[in-house]
Amino acid sequence: MPQELVVISGKGGTGKTSLVASFAALADKAVVADCDVDAADLHLVLQPTILKRTQFSGGKRARIIRESCTGCAKCLTVCRSHAIGRDRDAGDGRTTFHVDPIACEGCGVCVWFCPVKAIEFAPAINGEWFISETRFGPMVHAKLGIAEENSGKLVTIVRSQAKALAEEKQLEFVLIDGSPGIGCPVIASITGADLVLIVTEPTVSGEHDLGRAAELAQHFGIPTMVCVNKWDLNPEMSARIESRSRERGLQIAGRVRYDRSVVDAQVNRKPLVEYVSNDCASDVRRIWETVARALRALSETPAHDRA
Amino acid sequence: MRIAVASGKGGTGKTTIAANLAKVASRDGRRVVYVDCDVEEPNGHLFLKPSIENRRLVGRPVPSVDLSRCTHCGKCSEICQFSAIVTIRDKVLIYPELCHGCGGCLLVCPEQAISEVSREIGLLETGMAGSIQFVHGMLNVGEVMSPPLIREVKAAAPDGDLVIIDCPPGTSCPVIESVREADFVLMVTEPTPFGLNDLTLAVEMVRALQLPCGIVINRAGLGDRGVCEYCADERLPILGEIADDRRIAEAYSRGELACQAVDGYDIIFGKLLADVVLQEAVPRN
Repeated sequence: MPQELVVISGKGGTGKTSLVASFAALADKAVVADCDVDAADLHLVLQPTILKRTQFSGGKRARIIRESCTGCAKCLTVCRSHAIGRDRDAGDGRTTFHVDPIACEGCGVCVWFCPVKAIEFAPAINGEWFISETRFGPMVHAKLGIAEENSGKLVTIVRSQAKALAEEKQLEFVLIDGSPGIGCPVIASITGADLVLIVTEPTVSGEHDLGRAAELAQHFGIPTMVCVNKWDLNPEMSARIESRSRERGLQIAGRVRYDRSVVDAQVNRKPLVEYVSNDCASDVRRIWETVARALRALSETPAHDRA
Repeated sequence: MRIAVASGKGGTGKTTIAANLAKVASRDGRRVVYVDCDVEEPNGHLFLKPSIENRRLVGRPVPSVDLSRCTHCGKCSEICQFSAIVTIRDKVLIYPELCHGCGGCLLVCPEQAISEVSREIGLLETGMAGSIQFVHGMLNVGEVMSPPLIREVKAAAPDGDLVIIDCPPGTSCPVIESVREADFVLMVTEPTPFGLNDLTLAVEMVRALQLPCGIVINRAGLGDRGVCEYCADERLPILGEIADDRRIAEAYSRGELACQAVDGYDIIFGKLLADVVLQEAVPRN
């Protein structure tokens, strides 16, 4: 069974994607999955060649057929999403209604109650997902459509496809780049995973958001490691974050120093460890070794004995 | 004027910009309201340090079935698009975490056996940070759906001369809920490939919502020219640039506002505020 590592952060911009890109370069046998489906960036560095693209539908969407609409306003009264708008006199003197596709949640209540069956209810296309090949191995990623919802469902597809691919190719790891926050897409990316790595930074927000992300991982009973990025920005706070993390049962995966080469690597579309051999890249290598060791140890531990 | 501060990419400096703008605006005697809509990871309070005066739990409606009236006709599970209510023989299973609160099951039940109960999803707090009226929400850990809490946070915000809405990162439902009804979206980005990619997605989102927007480049001097070229091509106004200055990063790390802690930044943020406020007068087509 391939081992699933999910990199999350709570706070955005702490360095999840940069770290996962380097992990992809360092891991010999891994599938990479970008589960930050509404602001995916990993492809900018790994430059995948898309082998297969599939449309994603997370649900249905209502559409009122104007010719059939009698203007009774039943849809307006039953819709709680404020998605029904009134069209006064579109040229023929009739008042009819329309559905705002962005506000519509696809609950279908208007469809059910429309007395003249004037509302269509067809699957909406909410995005697309891809199976790709990179110079470091296979990658699964996605693009949520503009102003679309159901990112959690799309995350679940990306994860399950990545896992299936790893099983098929007998690869050891699935490396998942998660999204910021602790809501729907993050929950979809960590439930049932083998290990969570939280990337934080020594700032009051980084510390605050790490606390909530760690609580989430522990809520789902997933073994969790922490790494402090840009630790030298505030050494005392980094030390405090690490000691508090240990107290709450989190393992420390390591520290990464602040270095401009991280942005230079991104600008040059390369993982840091491929772009440069410096102390910062060595920090990242050491973290990967620690995380890989933890993943291998977990693969030998039955699930119910973990965390 | 209601200004939503958004970004696409996380960690570009939304809270830094929003909190500093609120602070400099409050000095001019304006009635300023700061609304933190990033209910998954709210950070505004760490910088504005409000004294919280009101605190309440927020719930969202989920169905509850009176089994003595239920005839197991299955209509509720038929209308539910989210598999949140399922009837099997003599049982009705409810999965509140899947429920979108559309109320369809309630309306469709021929026996009026379904009522709604409130499921707690988070906390709403309001208070004062100096003369700034402060509102934020905190989603319960493990709760999937943030938009209902974001709606409550916005509804709890009083009116003011200037309402600043600190949005969550990304481009999907929580952000859309946060930026709706804003007069202007201030997009914070950084001049890197990731910053540019996510800015592009966020701009497409605000355009789909037909909202006017402008750009602030944070950590200017870092990275490459991609963001500037994109803004020029798309005719997006760059309303300000905040330099990549280690002093700001260090003040931020300690929970201090740059406009108070770093020399010269009260003027820089004051000018940014003036430029943003002027956008209200720009005619829209």
